[in-house]
Amino acid sequence: MAHRHKKGFRRWLKGLMLKHMHRMITCEEFESFVLSYLDGELPARQRSIFELHMRVCRECREYLAAYRRSIELGQSVITAADESIPDDVPEDLIIAILDAQKH
Amino acid sequence: MSDDSAKTQSAALDKSVEEHLDSEQLVRENIGWMLALAQRILGERGLAEDAVQDAFIAAFRGLADFEGRSSLKTWLHRITVNASLMKLRQLKRLGEQSIDEHLPEFDNYGCRIEQPWSQLVDIETVLQNDRLRKIVLDKINTLPDSYRVVLQLRDIEEYPTSEVAELLGITQNNVKVRLHRARSALKKLLEPLLRGEMH
Repeated sequence: MAHRHKKGFRRWLKGLMLKHMHRMITCEEFESFVLSYLDGELPARQRSIFELHMRVCRECREYLAAYRRSIELGQSVITAADESIPDDVPEDLIIAILDAQKH
Repeated sequence: MSDDSAKTQSAALDKSVEEHLDSEQLVRENIGWMLALAQRILGERGLAEDAVQDAFIAAFRGLADFEGRSSLKTWLHRITVNASLMKLRQLKRLGEQSIDEHLPEFDNYGCRIEQPWSQLVDIETVLQNDRLRKIVLDKINTLPDSYRVVLQLRDIEEYPTSEVAELLGITQNNVKVRLHRARSALKKLLEPLLRGEMH
């Protein structure tokens, strides 16, 4: 019970700090900048605020690492799947396409 | 370059393209990757075959519009994407769908709710394991079509945001919102695998 209270107090304090301290943003605000940050579209000042949040917030730092890894996984697995596609194009599909071209 | 020389070169290009598009060789050389592309967008082999047939018909008909400004493969790529998206529209699978249950959560103080990460699986581990690779593909296919398609076009096919917006008939801002949500949802769907809890 005491542990839960302590955890709740820590979150309350963190929320207060992120919301009111100079150059700080909340995790929810951080979330809205993720795509622009990864696309390199954030202006220098916003980028430094984003990176400052990452330094002080374990949750967002780890979230972003997992978010990036899931993108890399998707890209790698789909690329690997494409490379191993068997040469199994149905002949009747090719014939149907060539027939359609003639008409 | 003189006008005559430019015309001669242009005529030669047109002739070359026509010869290519007329040939069975063109179909045989391109149908494999076109089928794979359509299947990535549609998630089903049968629909992908229909889309590729439509794409070739559109390519034969659109010969006059192909001006050689891009490579033939780039041109066919775009036609295949269009034909695949048309299939999704016909099936009414591109409307707004909810993805909220897979999005990040925050507490009343605006703080992220995220369990601590003790490890993050590495790419090679997944690539070398058939079961894990299949899980990744299955989870991508779990995403609602309107989000999955944006993820496919931006992250896999690497189309720029402006082109994805044009292809889907939505604003660039909408593309960005859908892409971020799709990525966040995929991260959540893949969490047990990402945490190294699946083998």
